Amino acid sequence: MTATDRPERRSPHVPATAGRITPIGLLGRRPVAIIERNFLAYRRMWALFLTGFLEPLLYLGSIGVGVGALVGGVQLASGHTVPYEVFVAPGLFAVAAMNGAIMDTTFGFFVKFKYGKTYDAMLSTPLGVADVAIGEVTWAVLRGAVYALAFLVAMVAFGLVESWWAVLALPIAMLIAYAFAGAGLAASTFMRSFVDFDFISLALVPLFLFSATFFPLERYPEWLAAVVRITPLYQGVSLTRAVVLGDLHWGLLAPVTYLVVMGTVGLRIAARRLGTLLQP
Amino acid sequence: MTATRSGVLRVVEREAQIFKSLWRGPVILSFITPVMFLAGMGVGLGGMVDDGTGGSGAGASDLGGLDYLSFVTPGLLVASAMQVAAGESLWPVMAGKKWMRTYHAMVATPLDARHVFGGLIVWSGVRAAMSGAAFLLVAAILGGVPSPWAPLALLASVGCAMAVSSLVATFAVGQESDQSFAVLMRIGIIPLFLFSGTFFPVEQLPDAVEPFAAVSPLWHAAELARGATTGHIEALEVLLHSLALVGFFVVGWWWGTRRFTRELQT
Amino acid sequence: MRPGTPAVASAAVTEPAEPPLIHASSLTKRFDDFTAVDGIDFEVRRGEAFGFLGANGAGKSSTMRMIGCVSERTDGELQVLGLDPRGHGTDIRGRIGVVPQEDNLDTELTVWDNLLIYGRYFDLPRDVIRRRAEELLEFAQLTERKHDRVDPLSGGMKRRLTIARALMNRPELILLDEPTTGLDPQARHLLWERLYQLKREGATLVLTTHYLDEAEQLCDRLVIMDRARIVAAGSPRALIDAHATREVVELRFATSDARDDAALALEQDAAGARVEALAERVLVYTDDTDHTMGRVDALITPPASVLVRRSTLEDVYLMITGRTLDE
Ligand SMILES: Nc1ncnc2c1ncn2[C@@H]1O[C@H](COP(=O)(O)OP(=O)(O)OP(=O)(O)O)[C@@H](O)[C@H]1O
Ligand SMILES: [Mg+2]
Repeated sequence: MTATDRPERRSPHVPATAGRITPIGLLGRRPVAIIERNFLAYRRMWALFLTGFLEPLLYLGSIGVGVGALVGGVQLASGHTVPYEVFVAPGLFAVAAMNGAIMDTTFGFFVKFKYGKTYDAMLSTPLGVADVAIGEVTWAVLRGAVYALAFLVAMVAFGLVESWWAVLALPIAMLIAYAFAGAGLAASTFMRSFVDFDFISLALVPLFLFSATFFPLERYPEWLAAVVRITPLYQGVSLTRAVVLGDLHWGLLAPVTYLVVMGTVGLRIAARRLGTLLQP
Repeated sequence: MTATRSGVLRVVEREAQIFKSLWRGPVILSFITPVMFLAGMGVGLGGMVDDGTGGSGAGASDLGGLDYLSFVTPGLLVASAMQVAAGESLWPVMAGKKWMRTYHAMVATPLDARHVFGGLIVWSGVRAAMSGAAFLLVAAILGGVPSPWAPLALLASVGCAMAVSSLVATFAVGQESDQSFAVLMRIGIIPLFLFSGTFFPVEQLPDAVEPFAAVSPLWHAAELARGATTGHIEALEVLLHSLALVGFFVVGWWWGTRRFTRELQT
Repeated sequence: MRPGTPAVASAAVTEPAEPPLIHASSLTKRFDDFTAVDGIDFEVRRGEAFGFLGANGAGKSSTMRMIGCVSERTDGELQVLGLDPRGHGTDIRGRIGVVPQEDNLDTELTVWDNLLIYGRYFDLPRDVIRRRAEELLEFAQLTERKHDRVDPLSGGMKRRLTIARALMNRPELILLDEPTTGLDPQARHLLWERLYQLKREGATLVLTTHYLDEAEQLCDRLVIMDRARIVAAGSPRALIDAHATREVVELRFATSDARDDAALALEQDAAGARVEALAERVLVYTDDTDHTMGRVDALITPPASVLVRRSTLEDVYLMITGRTLDE
């Protein structure tokens, strides 16, 4: 038998498409399967899922209503004065979206990544690392949106919504969730152990407190206000506040762009890092 | 009794050892978090309260003549003690019982389940005292601590931590996974944190809800701490609130020793 | 070709018919400047059970991961199912089943949901998944544990579930990385039973193991890896015939001094083809057992125990690498 009479496929030396080598498993077929997986998992952990949106709601009751009674009204940049709880609710709405997005992309991700080896199992199927990243981020966006929706319903029930533009809050919640899910997932791929997650908390607490969530930007010293203006949650808070209070203008495209870029950059970093970590 | 006490010390020693090796994260968090709340709520939001921009609020008069920063400082002090204690009594307990089984290693020595439980509680108190002292110092610099009696507030803080720790660890050791822990934080610890007279006086709660403050260890501790940092509290109040904290602790201890023993030594 | 690297690939050239399922030549994996797999050549044919044998760190898992398209090769050629993993990872992974060295079942899901979702990763329709999952639960003898969470299952059950899971996509090729490590003898035999069954049904198995008896039982052909290279290849019988003597006399001694003296004396007496002093025993490889036993009887300090047995793969391994596998 000679080399020539063998069938072609005996040695199907596949030439790499000129200049472009697809890494071993970047994009596969089904990021949707990852959403299904999380859905199945939370079916048995429903309490964990359902209680996830309570925190901002409780803050609304305590700080918004309780402390709000001591504060009275808040004068907005636009000039008119609103009750304190009307001011604070959009901020906490943005927090609800952020929380929903962060839970499964940081700590939840790490547990599965490090201890469950869940992603190793996924990657031995046709799924690729980009599927994993896209799937987890999409799931997180859904979770953030569910929490935001629940919070929005509460806001309407308490009469804290002033404008029909508030329906726009939902897509904004998804933007916020996208930004934080992408960034959270990217950050988590750099964590070495659970102890490192303290640094994520350390970043989230000031974002929560100082994104003009509880008091308007005018109350910050000049330099601090400048810093707050470039932080991520502030983008979400100011967007939400604008639509809930019916104060729309073209300038809002800036925070929208900010959040889209943040999520996308995070997602790309996460996919690349996952490839390095899971497919060495 | 001496045996028990030295056994508890052994366990505390171990916790301190671990803490020393990874102190950065926990220390930063348990100190910085309340300080950030103090800056955000006490100074930032407090500025709005004190300005009393009108509305239904009558500002300072509702706070017993205190400015908001002085009102919220003792609340945050004991609330962070509660948070630290809850954190120390949930996941580490699951690690000891199940993930790393260190508790089982401990009870295989002359230590028994009561030492493990007691050590955990004492350690929560130590943590609360450490981060509380640092917090009080910062609050004093910011002007949130009018009275020289303020250091006594640390006693309330430690009492709160130990009472909470005894109850929460009792819950935790009976669980088979950590799934319920986040739920407990969300439906237990956070509501206590927000509605126990920490951020606004409980008198503002709806009348039907207000009496429930009495079952919050945090409220008793907050009242005691506020008495110390402001210097205004009746002797009788001190007695009753202290008794309440001791009561929570006794219940936790009685129940917890049984549960720890059942989980670790049967 | 490197000395000591037998040409496994060239043996396959005489074999006509089908192209190999896996073809590797000069396959290399480096982690930074550490070489985990150093230019190995092998071929796996359809329908056979092919084994990788070697001590810890020999490079077995690294090789398996390259075949499974979750680790990119650094150098050399690799084809799996006629495709290059570079650029066809997704297609290849869709047609193989993988049992990793460490179980990575989804601990947040039940036994049933593990199979279900794994099928979804392959984009299988739900009714197909349900049918196969039922069958595979039966196959893995886990039907009663269907609705239990994975965590409390025993090691053997988890391993069986991992194997069942790997079969959800009806793979043409199954990669098993140490399928029986950590199992008790009974669980091992049950697993072997299952693997035979798969082979009878026409699957191609590629497995790694530390257990030479397992390799002898399961593998049609195998390669022995040592320090990132293939040092021997062939069927278990052929390897034993080529590298070991007919029989082995195993001697144990009460003290290490007695052991050392005996090893020296037997060596000088030419008691067998080769004398090997291990941590707690002396092995004499021999084709003439009577001669060897005569020498043993002449020892000044008689051994505490004597065992005469046929050569095994373990001896082959020892002959080639100079070390035992279980060290
Ligand atoms: N991701 C990695 N980064 C760096 N080195 C690695 C990596 N994976 C494996 N190695 C190294 O490559 C060598 C071969 O490892 P491999 O896991 O392939 O061995 P093995 O034959 O499967 O061993 P075992 O029997 O212990 O499973 C080892 O020295 C290991 O430390
Ligand atoms: Mg291995």
